[in-house]
Amino acid sequence: MIRINNFIIPLFSLIIFCLLWELLVWYNNWPNYKMASPSDLWPAFWKFKHLFLIYGWETFWRTVVGLILSVLVGLSLGILMGFSKTIRIGLYPILVGFNAIPKATVVPVIALIFVGMHNMNTIIIVILISFFPICVSISIGLSTLEREYEDILLSLGANKFEIFYKIALPKTLPEFFGALKVSTTLAFIGTNLMEIIEPHGKGLGHLFDSGKISADYPLMFAVLITLAVMGIFLYYIVVYLENIFAGWAIRK
Amino acid sequence: MHINIEKVSHQYETRQGMLPVLKDLSLSVKRKGFTAIVGPSGCGKSTITRLISGLIKPTQGNIFISNKKITSPLSTIGMAFQNPVLLEWRNVIKNIILPLEIVSKNMNYNQKRSNALDLLKLVGLEEFENNLPSELSGGMKQRVSLCRSLVHSPEVLILDEPFAALDAFTKEDLWDVMHKLKKERDFTCILITHDLREAVYLADQVIVLSGRPASLQYDVKTNFNEEKKISDLYSSEVSQLLATLRNQIEIAQNKND
Repeated sequence: MIRINNFIIPLFSLIIFCLLWELLVWYNNWPNYKMASPSDLWPAFWKFKHLFLIYGWETFWRTVVGLILSVLVGLSLGILMGFSKTIRIGLYPILVGFNAIPKATVVPVIALIFVGMHNMNTIIIVILISFFPICVSISIGLSTLEREYEDILLSLGANKFEIFYKIALPKTLPEFFGALKVSTTLAFIGTNLMEIIEPHGKGLGHLFDSGKISADYPLMFAVLITLAVMGIFLYYIVVYLENIFAGWAIRK
Repeated sequence: MHINIEKVSHQYETRQGMLPVLKDLSLSVKRKGFTAIVGPSGCGKSTITRLISGLIKPTQGNIFISNKKITSPLSTIGMAFQNPVLLEWRNVIKNIILPLEIVSKNMNYNQKRSNALDLLKLVGLEEFENNLPSELSGGMKQRVSLCRSLVHSPEVLILDEPFAALDAFTKEDLWDVMHKLKKERDFTCILITHDLREAVYLADQVIVLSGRPASLQYDVKTNFNEEKKISDLYSSEVSQLLATLRNQIEIAQNKND
C-alpha cells in the first residue's frame, strides 16, 4: 500500500498541476507565445522527437558524468577539510568566494581556455556548480563527529583509517545524500548554462536556443519540461541509492 | 590487572590559559576490583578515564596497569560512556562485534557473533540481535553498549557514567546487569559516577575526588555484603556510609568555591 501511494500521490499531484496550468492559460486566453499550455507541448515534442532524443541524451550523459566527478571532487575536498583544521580554514574562503561567483560569468572563461572541447567545457561547469554542497556537508559531518565515537575505536588502538571507514564515513552518508540531491538539480543548471550561453550545437540547451531564435515557444516549454523530467528521474536514482546505503537514517 | 595511578597531574590548554584538572593524584585499584570514583562535577573524572585508556598522556606522573606504564591505548581495555554511541547503521549484533574487528582481525564472523551472543544473553537482549539501535529504548541501548565494551574480553573495563541518563528503575535493572557481568566475566572495573548509591551498590571501593584540580580526598571499602541486593541500600550500615560520602562531596565542593 505504501509503495502504491508513493507512486500514486506524486502522479496525482502532477496531473493536478498540469490541469491548473492549462486552466490558467485557457482562462486568461494567453497566446502560446506568451505562455504555452500543456496541450501545446505534446505536438512540439512529437515534431522534434528525434532531436529530443539526441540532444536529451547529450545533456543527460554530460550531466551525469559531471555529477559523478563533482562527487569525487566534493568528497576528496570534504574529507581533507573534515580531518584537517588547517586545510579547512585555509580552503573555506576560497571555496565560498568561488561559489559566490555567478557561474554564467565563468562559462565564457572556461570556453576560452578549452576552445572547442565542448564536452569537457560542459562537464567542468557542472563540476564547478555542484561540488560545493557535497564538499561542505562532508567536511561538516566529519569535523563534528562526537569524540566518544572516535574514543571507542581509538582506545582499542585503531588507526585513523579504520575510524574513517568504520565510523566517520558511514555516519556522514545521510548528510552526503542530502547534499547530493541538491547537487543533482544544480548539475542540470550547469549543463544548460554552457549549452545556452556558448552554443555549440549540442544538448537540450541548444534546442532551447533554436526555439528562441525561431520563436517556437511551445518548443522552449517542451525543453524545460524535458529538463524537469530528467531532473526528477536523476533525483529518484539518488533517493534509490540513499535507501540502499543510508536507509537506516530514514524514518519509516 | 591492578591499576596504579602515581602522582598524576594533568592540565588542558584553553583560551584562558592552562587549566589544571588533576593535581598529584595517586590511587590504586586492585586486581579484579571494582572501584567507583565520585566527585564534584567538572573535577576531572572523565580525564581519568581518558588517561587510563591511554587516549591522552598525563602532564606529569605515571599510570601503570599490571606494573606496565601506559603510553598508548591497549586492546585489553573496554570503555562505555553515558552516551551509548551505537552505530546507527549497524544492527545490535554488528555493533557489539565492532571491537573484535579492530582487536581480533583474524577471527571469523561466526566466532565473533557467538561471542557477542553470549553477552547479549547475559544482558537479556538475545531476541534483539537483528534490531537497529533506533528501535531500542535507552536502557536497551546502554545494555548493548556494555556488551560492546566487553566483547573482546578486556581485563579492564572503564565506565564513564553509563547509567546517568537512565530513569531510576532502569538504572537499578542495569546495576544488576552489571553485577551479573562482573560475576561472569571477572574484570577490573573503574566506574565514574555522580550517584553515590550506585557507587556503593556496585563497587567494592569508593574514591572521592576533591574539587578541581582534583586529588584523592577520601578512599573507602564498601564490602558490606558479598551478594549485594537493592534492599541492602536501605540498611543502616549503608545509610551511614552514604552520609559519610555525601559529607565528603560537600567538603570537596567547598574547596572548589
